[in-house]
Amino acid sequence: MSQQQRIKIAQRIADEFEDGQIINLGVGIPTIIPDYIEGKDVYLHSENGLLGMGPTPEEKSINMDLISASKQPVTVETGASIFDSSDSFLMIRGGHVDVAVLGTLQVDETGEVANWAVPGQNILGVGGAMDLVAGAKKIIIATMHTSKDGTPKLLEKLTFPSSGVRKVNMIVTEHAVFEFKDEKMFLIEVLSDISLERLKDITPANYEVSIKKLIRA
Amino acid sequence: MKKLLKLEDFSELIKDGDKLLVGGFGLSGTPLSLIDEIATSGKKNLTIVSNNLGEKGKGLGKLLVSGNLKKAIGSYFTTNADAVNAWSKGELEIELVPQGTLAEAIRCGGAGIGGFYTKTAVGTKLAEGKHQMAFDDGDYILEKAIKGDVALIKALKADTFGNLVYDQTGRNFNPVMATAARLVIAEVDEIVEAGELKPEEIVTPHLFVDYVVVTKYVKQGGRYVEPATTN
Repeated sequence: MSQQQRIKIAQRIADEFEDGQIINLGVGIPTIIPDYIEGKDVYLHSENGLLGMGPTPEEKSINMDLISASKQPVTVETGASIFDSSDSFLMIRGGHVDVAVLGTLQVDETGEVANWAVPGQNILGVGGAMDLVAGAKKIIIATMHTSKDGTPKLLEKLTFPSSGVRKVNMIVTEHAVFEFKDEKMFLIEVLSDISLERLKDITPANYEVSIKKLIRA
Repeated sequence: MKKLLKLEDFSELIKDGDKLLVGGFGLSGTPLSLIDEIATSGKKNLTIVSNNLGEKGKGLGKLLVSGNLKKAIGSYFTTNADAVNAWSKGELEIELVPQGTLAEAIRCGGAGIGGFYTKTAVGTKLAEGKHQMAFDDGDYILEKAIKGDVALIKALKADTFGNLVYDQTGRNFNPVMATAARLVIAEVDEIVEAGELKPEEIVTPHLFVDYVVVTKYVKQGGRYVEPATTN
C-alpha cells in the first residue's frame, strides 16, 4: 500500500514537469520519479556534477565513479555533461535549475520547509538541501502526509530547524496537492478517498480549499 | 617526470596539525592510496575538508579508526557511524557547511577571494554568527573562503606535465580543491605522455599540480579494490 502511495505521489509530480526543464530530484520519494517521466523531455541534474542523468545500469556496466547524489550507480543520457561540484552548485544557487523535488520532515502554512535536522538528534548532515531550497526556481515537496507514527508534517509553525527563508511552491502527498501563493496555502486537489473533514484533521496547517479537480483513487 | 612521487614518500609532505582538502563524494573520486598512507603515518591533529568522511572503515573513514583527525569540515557526516560516534564522544570536531557553500568557499580560496555572500542557509542554524546583509533581491550571509595546507585529489589520468582528466562524476570536488592549497598531490590510475591528453579535454592544468602518485588500487567491476598480494 505504502509503495502504491509513493508511486501516486511520484506520478502526480511528474505531471508537473514541462518539456525542456532542468530537474533536480532529492532523496526519498523523489528518487522513484525517473520511472514515471517517460515521454517527458526533461533533463535530470545531479548535484555531484551531472546533467542528463539516466537510469540504473546493468550490473556489468556499473562504474562507481558514475553515481547519483544518493551515491547509487547511474548512466548518462545522450547530450549529458559532467562538471565539478562548484559548477554544479552554481547551477543550483544561480537559479539555473527549473524544479527541485525534495523530501521533507515538516512544512509550515507559509511554505517554509524543515528537511535536514531533528531537534535532540545529532545535526551532522545537511548536504545540498539548503542550496536547493535557496536557489531552485520552483520547489515541489514530495512527502507522505504524516510521519509513520501519524504525527502531522504540514503544520502551522515548524518545530524542526528551518532549511531557509525561501518558501516552497507545492506539496504533493498521497492524499492531496497544495499550492502556495503569497505565503498562503491552498488545497487544489484531493488524490485519495479521504474526506475534506478528515484531511483537515491530519493537517494542522491552515489552508483555503480551492479545488480545481477531484481525483479519487 | 619531475612531479612523480612514490607513494611511500608521500606522508613526509604532511605535518601534524595540517588542514587537508580531500576530494571525493562518498568513495567516488577519492584518493584512496594517499588516505591509506596517512592512516599508517601516525600524523596527529589533522583537519580534513571533504564533503563527507568516506564510509565506515573505508576511504577517509579509515582515519577515524587510526586516530589522525582533530576536525572535519564538510556537508554530510551522518552516513558514517564512526564519525557520529567520534563527534558524540568529543573526539572529533565537526563544522557543518552546506554542500554548495563548501564548493564555493574552496573556489574562492583558490581564486584569491576572501569570502562571498550567499542566500543559502539564511534564517537557519547554520547562519548563526555570520554577517547578514540585504541586497536588491533579499538577504544574504557572508561565508569565508576555505584554503588548505595540502590538497589530496583523485584523477583518472595525468600526463607527464601533471595535467589532469577525471573519470565521470569522480570529478566532483577535485578540480576546485586542486586550486586551493599550498601543495597539491594528485593520485591517478595512469600517467601518459605529454600531448596524449588534448588541450581541450584537460580539466586541471598542470600549474595547479605539484606531485603525481600512481594509485595502488585496481578497478574491478566498477569499484576500486586493493590489489591481492601476490607471492
